[in-house]
Amino acid sequence: MHREPSASFDRGALNYIRQAAERGIYDIRGMGAKRPVPNFDDLVFLTASASRYPLEGYREACHLETTLGSRYAKQPVVLQSPITIAGMSFGALSANVKEALGKAATEAGISTTTGDGGMTDEERQSSKTLVYQCLPSRYGFNPDDLRRADALELVLGQGAKPGGGGMLLGQKVSERVAQMRTLPAGIDQRSACRHPDWVGPDDLKIKIEELREITDWKIPIYVKMGATRVRDDVKLAVKAGADVVVIDGMQGGTAATQQVFIEHTGIPTLAALPLAVEALEELDVADEVQLIISGGIRSGADVAKALALGADAVAIGQGVLIALGCNHDSYVQDGKNHDATEDYAGLDTAPGFCHHCQSGLCPVGITTQDPVLEQRLSPARGAQQLGNYLQVLEMELTTLARACGKSNVHHLEREDLVALTLEAAAMARVPLAGTSWIPGNS
Amino acid sequence: MERVTHLDLANLTIREVNQFLHHELDASQTAQVDIQNPDGKHSIAAGMDVDVTVNILGHAGYFVAGMNKQATVTIHGNVGWSVAENIMSGTVRVTGHASQCTAASGHGGLVVIEGNASSRCGISMKGCDIVVRGDVGHFAGFMAQAGRLVVCGDAGPHLGDSLYEAILYVRGNIASLGADAQQQEMTPDDIQALSELLAASGIEAEPHEFKKVASARRLYHWNATERQEY
Repeated sequence: MHREPSASFDRGALNYIRQAAERGIYDIRGMGAKRPVPNFDDLVFLTASASRYPLEGYREACHLETTLGSRYAKQPVVLQSPITIAGMSFGALSANVKEALGKAATEAGISTTTGDGGMTDEERQSSKTLVYQCLPSRYGFNPDDLRRADALELVLGQGAKPGGGGMLLGQKVSERVAQMRTLPAGIDQRSACRHPDWVGPDDLKIKIEELREITDWKIPIYVKMGATRVRDDVKLAVKAGADVVVIDGMQGGTAATQQVFIEHTGIPTLAALPLAVEALEELDVADEVQLIISGGIRSGADVAKALALGADAVAIGQGVLIALGCNHDSYVQDGKNHDATEDYAGLDTAPGFCHHCQSGLCPVGITTQDPVLEQRLSPARGAQQLGNYLQVLEMELTTLARACGKSNVHHLEREDLVALTLEAAAMARVPLAGTSWIPGNS
Repeated sequence: MERVTHLDLANLTIREVNQFLHHELDASQTAQVDIQNPDGKHSIAAGMDVDVTVNILGHAGYFVAGMNKQATVTIHGNVGWSVAENIMSGTVRVTGHASQCTAASGHGGLVVIEGNASSRCGISMKGCDIVVRGDVGHFAGFMAQAGRLVVCGDAGPHLGDSLYEAILYVRGNIASLGADAQQQEMTPDDIQALSELLAASGIEAEPHEFKKVASARRLYHWNATERQEY
C-alpha cells in the first residue's frame, strides 16, 4: 500500500496539533531555536596561499586582546580574548554554575554576565570582570551592585524571545531566588517585557545618561537586543549613547519561554551581524562603538567568522552550558561517573535532545535550584571543563587568523570569507564560493 | 551650625552637580544642598548615597533622585518621568505633580507626591512606600511586588494590574481594577499602617475612608485554563 506523507502535516505538525488538543496549553522550554537556519557553518575562510602569506601557526604571535566600552566610559573593559560569557541568571542556573562561570572566565581573562534576578556574592567574588544586567523586571537591581560592576548591560531583549519577557517557573524559585527577586517562593515568575521607567529610544538616551551619572561615567554601558529590525535598532542604541551594542540572534538560548517564541521570532545570527555592522558603518562609529554578537556561537571557527564579519567580540551561553555537561549522558560526583539517562527519561527526553531547563530538574545539575541535583556539578570541575573549552576556542580562532595572515584576530575581515550557499552569501554579504557574486548587491 | 551649599544649574552641569553630591559632601561638611535653576533637567541628584537634605528649587525632568539611598530630596515643583526610580531608602518629595512611572521598581524609602501622579505610578515597586495627595493615572501599581501605594484622590483604570504582594490604598474612586487585583477588607493593621504612612508623608487624611486593593493571587501559577486573556 502506498502511503503518501503530507508535507504540510508532517509528523512534527501532527504531534504539535495533537498535543495542543490534548493539553490546551503551549509548550514552554529552554535552549534556542532547533530549526535549521543559515549559520556560520555556511561560510569558509579563504586562507593564505600565493596572494596572501600566512603566519607561522605555532611560533608567531596572534593577539586576542579586546577592549569594550571605549566610547564614553572612563574605565573600558579589557579582555584577553574576544569572548564573553552571556547573561544567564542565578535562578535559571545554580549557584555552583554561576561560580564556575566566574572562575573560568577569570582564568581566561574574559568577562561573565549576571542575568535576571541580580548579582550574587559568589559570582562577584569569582569574576574578575563582571557585567551587570539591567532587565525590565529589575529583579534584584540595586545601586550597590551597579557600582561594583565592571560594565552595565541594559537588556531590551534577547534572541530567543525578542519582544517577550522572562519566565522562571515556580519549581526553580527557591527561598534564596525569591528573596533576591522580592517575590514569594514557589510562584511562577513572569518578568516584564518592557522596562518600567522608560519607553522608546528618546527615553533610552535619558536613561543611559542617568545610569552614567549614577556610576560617575566610569563603567561601559552595553545595550543588548534580540535580532529583529537590527539596522534600525542598532542605530537607535548608538544614538542613545551605548558604548557597546549586543545583538542576540534567533539561535540564542533561554532558560524558559514559549516554543512559539523560540522558533518563530527574530532572525538568524548570520543575518543579524552584517546588518549591525552596516548600521555602525553608516553612522561612522564602527571604530567607536563595539559590537558583540551572540546566538548559537559554538566553536573557534564561529568566533573567527563573527570577527571577520565585523563583530568585536562574541557572547556564548548555550555552548558554555554544554561545556559544563549540559545534555551529557553522565555526570561526575564524588570522583565517580554517574549515569544520568534515567533522569533524562524522567523528563521524557534523552541526552542530546534535552531542552527542559524550565523544569528545574536538570539531570546534570546545571539549570536547577534543587539542592540534590545541583551537587552534580562542582564549581571546580565546571570551571576546569569550561576553561578547556575556552582555550580550544582561542586556539582555533588564532589558528584561522594566522592562516589568513593576521597577527591580530581583530584584523580578520569580510574579504577573508566566502559562502557555501546562496542564502548565506546574501545574509553575510560575502561572495558565493567560486564566484564574485553577492546576492542582493547590484 | 549646619552648612548649606548652593548649586546653580544655570552655571553648572548635571555631571558637576552629581559629582559634588556623590563625592564632595563630606569634605565640604554640607548638611543641606539647594539646587537652583533645575529648569527641567534630567537625572538631578541621581545615585545619592548619603544622609543629606537636597532641595531642588524648581521643576525637574526625568529620573530625578533615581536610585536614591539615604538622602532626603525635595523637588519644589513638578517632575518628569520616573522620579525616584529604584529608590532604596531615604525620602523623595515632590511638591507639584509627577509624570509617569513614579518610583518605578523602588525597593525602599518613601516617595511623596503632593499633587497628582500620572500613569504607572508605583510600577514594579519592590518595597518602597508611595503617598500621593491627588490622583493617579492608569495602571498604577502595575506588577507591584512589595511596598504600599497610598492614593488620597482617585485612581485611573486598571489599578493594580498583575499585582504581586504590594498593597494599594485609595480614598477616592477607582475607575477599574486590573487583572488579578481585588478590593479587600481594611483590617486594623491596615488602618495602623496607613495612619503611619500618612503621618510620615505629612498629608492629612482619614484612614477609615480608604479602600484596600491587593492581589487575588490567581496569576501566581501557570493556569492552562485561563487562556491568558487577563
